Amino acid sequence: MAFQTLNIALADDDEDDRLLFKDAIEEIKIKTKLSLFTNGKELMDYLVLPNVILPEVIFLDLNMPIKNGMQCLKEIRENPKLSDLSVAIYSTSSSEGDIEDTFINGANVYINKPNSFGELKTVIDKVLQLNWQYQTSALNRENFLLRI
Amino acid sequence: MTINVKFEYNTLCRKVLCEQLDAMGFTYTLLGTGEIDFKQTPSSAQMLVLSEKLSAYGIEIISNQQTALVQRIKDAVTLVVNGDEEAQKYNVSTYLSEKLDYSYAYLSNLFSEITHTSIENFVILKKIDVAKTLIIENNLTLTEIAYKLNYSSVAHLSTQFKKTTGLTPSSFQKIIKKRKEKAIDRD
Repeated sequence: MAFQTLNIALADDDEDDRLLFKDAIEEIKIKTKLSLFTNGKELMDYLVLPNVILPEVIFLDLNMPIKNGMQCLKEIRENPKLSDLSVAIYSTSSSEGDIEDTFINGANVYINKPNSFGELKTVIDKVLQLNWQYQTSALNRENFLLRI
Repeated sequence: MTINVKFEYNTLCRKVLCEQLDAMGFTYTLLGTGEIDFKQTPSSAQMLVLSEKLSAYGIEIISNQQTALVQRIKDAVTLVVNGDEEAQKYNVSTYLSEKLDYSYAYLSNLFSEITHTSIENFVILKKIDVAKTLIIENNLTLTEIAYKLNYSSVAHLSTQFKKTTGLTPSSFQKIIKKRKEKAIDRD
């Protein structure tokens, strides 16, 4: 299957981070449609709307007000309708404990927020490419783990 | 008498496409740039009929053939990685070009164009995927897995594993084990 437009969601309470992410994803080769959310509750409310077009990949900040990334991750993994989504944690924390915890709770990707715009682009590109391979190549999705 | 006519190619092609597609009873949308989005995926028999009918107008179905070839490349890579004996006699590039009867340069370009990744990368991804399964399911040591997957050394496998997943084989194993325990707790 060739690349179609990928639907991507990002939940992050930091406006600058959201803008940077938006600019970065627009500059990569893969065609995407990005939906932005300012906290976990907004995202989860959106995902359970009837007839919603589900994103293929969700990027989740861990520290957010109202509903944090970890709560979202758990809700996503407990909801059979959302079980096919790939979840990428997108966080400033590089504590090994946090990282392991998110993987155990079902995250596919753990990204340490990169320091430069160029790096951010590379990281997003890598995640989307790999996710695409998992969608189309009979790889075992249960074992889809990536730490960048 | 001679008259001159002017063709509006876009309108003409769309009209022909619509007629043929309607005649076969498809539900579809024509997107710009020569793309047809089918509501239901046509069977391969239907695709064959459609491609014959369209070729009478000089319209060729491209992406489907290309993606079919990409799929064959992926299947062949899977055979190699899973240790098919015939496949392992050759290196991957020779094997692919002999089996699929195209030059490796062509296959390699096509693959990159369609999937945004190279065949080499895909081979690594596939090998690491098999390694993951072996780590979880069998009680094989990393040395045995490295041998099985044709790595020159355990270090090579470990490095490639880390590079591909960002995790060491042992932390990967630990995470999957804990995930399973958690799933059991929940049930």
